Amino acid sequence: MNEPHAVEMRRICKQFGALVANDNIDFAAKPGEVHALLGENGAGKSTLMSMLSGVYRPTSGEILIRGRSVNIRSPKDALALGIGMVFQQFRLVHTLTAAENIVLGEKSSVWRGASWMRRKTEEIGAVAERFGLKIPVERPVWQLSVGEQQRVEIVKVLYRGADLILLDEPTSVLTPGEADQLFETLRQLRDAGKTVILTTHKLREVMEIADRISVMRKGRMVRTMNRYETNERELAQLMVGRAPAGVMRPAGRPPGKPLLEAEGLTVEAGKGRTAVRDLSLTVREGEIVGIAGVAGNGQSELAEVLAGLRPWSGGTIRVCGREWKRASVRTAIESGISHVPENRMKSGMAGSLGIVDNLLLKTYRHPERSRFGMLRSRRNRAWARSLVERFDVKAAGLDTPVRQLSGGNQQKLLFAREVDRDPKLMIAVHPTQGLDIGAAESVHRLLLELRAAGRGVLLISEDLDEVMQLSDRMLVMFGGTIVGEMSRENADRERIGLYMAGLQDAPGEEAS
Amino acid sequence: MNGKAAAAGMDGDAGSARRRPAVPRLRFEFDPVRTGSPWWMPLAAVFAALAVCAVFIAAGGTDPLAVYKKMLTGAFGTRFGLTETLVKAIPLLLCGIGVSIAYRISFWNIGAEGQFLAGAMAATAVTIYMPDLPAVLALPLMTAAGIAAGGLWGLLTALPRAYFQVNELISSLMLNYIALLLLDYVVFGPWRDPGGLNFPGSPMFTADQSLPAFGSTRLHFGLVFALAAALLYAFTFRHTRWGYELRLIGANPEAARNAGISLNKHLLLVMLASGGLAGLAGMAEVSGVAHRLMYGISPGYGYTAIIVAWIARLHPVGLIVSAFLFGGLIVGGYSVQTLGLPSATSEMLQGAVLFFLIAGAAFGMIRIRRVR
Repeated sequence: MNEPHAVEMRRICKQFGALVANDNIDFAAKPGEVHALLGENGAGKSTLMSMLSGVYRPTSGEILIRGRSVNIRSPKDALALGIGMVFQQFRLVHTLTAAENIVLGEKSSVWRGASWMRRKTEEIGAVAERFGLKIPVERPVWQLSVGEQQRVEIVKVLYRGADLILLDEPTSVLTPGEADQLFETLRQLRDAGKTVILTTHKLREVMEIADRISVMRKGRMVRTMNRYETNERELAQLMVGRAPAGVMRPAGRPPGKPLLEAEGLTVEAGKGRTAVRDLSLTVREGEIVGIAGVAGNGQSELAEVLAGLRPWSGGTIRVCGREWKRASVRTAIESGISHVPENRMKSGMAGSLGIVDNLLLKTYRHPERSRFGMLRSRRNRAWARSLVERFDVKAAGLDTPVRQLSGGNQQKLLFAREVDRDPKLMIAVHPTQGLDIGAAESVHRLLLELRAAGRGVLLISEDLDEVMQLSDRMLVMFGGTIVGEMSRENADRERIGLYMAGLQDAPGEEAS
Repeated sequence: MNGKAAAAGMDGDAGSARRRPAVPRLRFEFDPVRTGSPWWMPLAAVFAALAVCAVFIAAGGTDPLAVYKKMLTGAFGTRFGLTETLVKAIPLLLCGIGVSIAYRISFWNIGAEGQFLAGAMAATAVTIYMPDLPAVLALPLMTAAGIAAGGLWGLLTALPRAYFQVNELISSLMLNYIALLLLDYVVFGPWRDPGGLNFPGSPMFTADQSLPAFGSTRLHFGLVFALAAALLYAFTFRHTRWGYELRLIGANPEAARNAGISLNKHLLLVMLASGGLAGLAGMAEVSGVAHRLMYGISPGYGYTAIIVAWIARLHPVGLIVSAFLFGGLIVGGYSVQTLGLPSATSEMLQGAVLFFLIAGAAFGMIRIRRVR
């Protein structure tokens, strides 16, 4: 080998306790290429990147940068080696300007007067211009769009002299238009001789941007290949390990009575922001209604309102024909709404409590579970045990803090709780986020079982494949309202993409 | 590959993957997820505190071992010492349970001192304004007044927090000073005993207004209150629906909201209970020990109770044990005065114990690892 690799990772293993996140990984990226690291959520891509950026250290194995063996102990070490990482969640201080964020943490100068800042701002501007990155350096970050914030992050790593740029799921927060712009930037970086490594689970992006592709699955490296040697179908197979058949989706009965009717719903999100505006939707018995959309277009707020967690300012909500007067979780629970929230450990579970306590969360008021103000402990334990068995939750014991369960088992537990209540309507928000394929499939199966039992499901997900695979009807949310609706038969990925980007106005009626 | 040739490396640490350094280097990793510290941590904190205080005592020219021995025998060695220790443990246990309830839902009530004083004053008010009630009426009424006043004093912290997001640490601390000044006002002013030779205290309680004592000791019926409170506390959190709701709020308020639990409602209820227990302690102290309201009625029980609660990790049995130990520490502090040391020695120890407890909790989040 004449020219050393920009990065080479040899026999890298990383363990977190009993979990093997990276198992004997060999990985290399050449200078001046865009290298995509493809894999499902939980395949170990981010872990691998984190070891390059100094967040984690490998349990064993060797890392070579430009042919030299190195020991990356911290993000500072990584930066000194010219490695810069753009995280999925941006690390920006919202009240500071873009330029201030970029020089933050710089230790070269104690005195930071106006002239120093002006000089720095000019330098930053020059760096940004060289790579064709337009960023408003003088504006506070909170005023910037997500795409602009990401560009600030990229300029930050470039300004610090990185020539190996890692991006973790860079498009997950972007609209398709912004993603195109990002790809343009990445090409320019590559042409300027920088090495770009990005992680993603989106096949189309990989085919569009990457020069070389490494596919990971379940902590192992499956294969590395050039883009022109492969195609989407092959990549998908490598990624999931078999043809992505998904779960069988039996034909449903025609939908029945409406369970949930929202009309003209408007939700204020504070600080003068209207999260949901004039939104109407109906979910009927025995159907799955999917809502697609880029995060931050009002889906979370909509789900919260329907779960009774958030008040709304305009419009009406009727559940099973009965109109809601005000936001109340108790009302939502009692009218048979189950809710799988988007961040299960943040709002769906109490991590330090055991399985029994977490299963009791929605039903502890029921006379079956508590009487005369006292919990019926023995009965509850037996009930919890039966649920754990029925939903195949793997746990050491009923008192194990649920924090210690794997993501898939946590989600199974949450579904056990929500499904066991025999809900009329299930609101599932990003139900398979962070789950491996097996766990995701069992979640999908549960949703389809609910549908077959004549229950309604409102599925809110960023994963378009999931929405398309499960839904009877698909809605696309943009800017707080439904901009597109289509039946399963008429669903068309490209048009959904346009709706998601807000590039197409509400269409003529196409739904069945 | 030319990697091996470049062993000089970046930052001078390249190649350490292969060469083992002679002295294993230790690396400290911060891991905030690791919150549970080992069970021996409170004990270690106590011993560390004893060791550090020993240095100060020795510097003062006294043999620390003799001091500790004196404290030990003074607090637990004699029948008198033991009952005195129990007498001190009563308010510590009641206040300790009180703050523990609040800490269970992450409400940082440090106002047990003020709630204690409010309870003591309310109980005394009954004796001042209804002096001739028989015991069957006077004692229940005083108890109720003590609990109610403590609870209301607690609400004064909870209400602003619930509706205006006022930080409870500040408001509960400030309310301590208000209660203290109020106490000074009543004992120096309107409630001062006319026949008390200018002593800042209320008239002595009658036998009907005093909690019965056990035998000839100073140990009084308040012990039953305290143990019953510990039992109730344990039972509530383990077996009742309310206890479940509180556990849920403590573990994850967001999840509790998802279960349809009103956080504000429970905040107010918890502070009623928390303050009520401290108020009961205040009532028991005036009615069972001092038999009057007087200047300096509390030597800081409400503050010591915070340490009691933390060293017990809010666990009911632990609370009983640690209240007993800290009661002994106070009594032991009095007994070392014969060695020429100030009774503040015990306060120094208390402070050191708290310091090491907090340090222990912080270090519990740090993992030490040998660098390969």
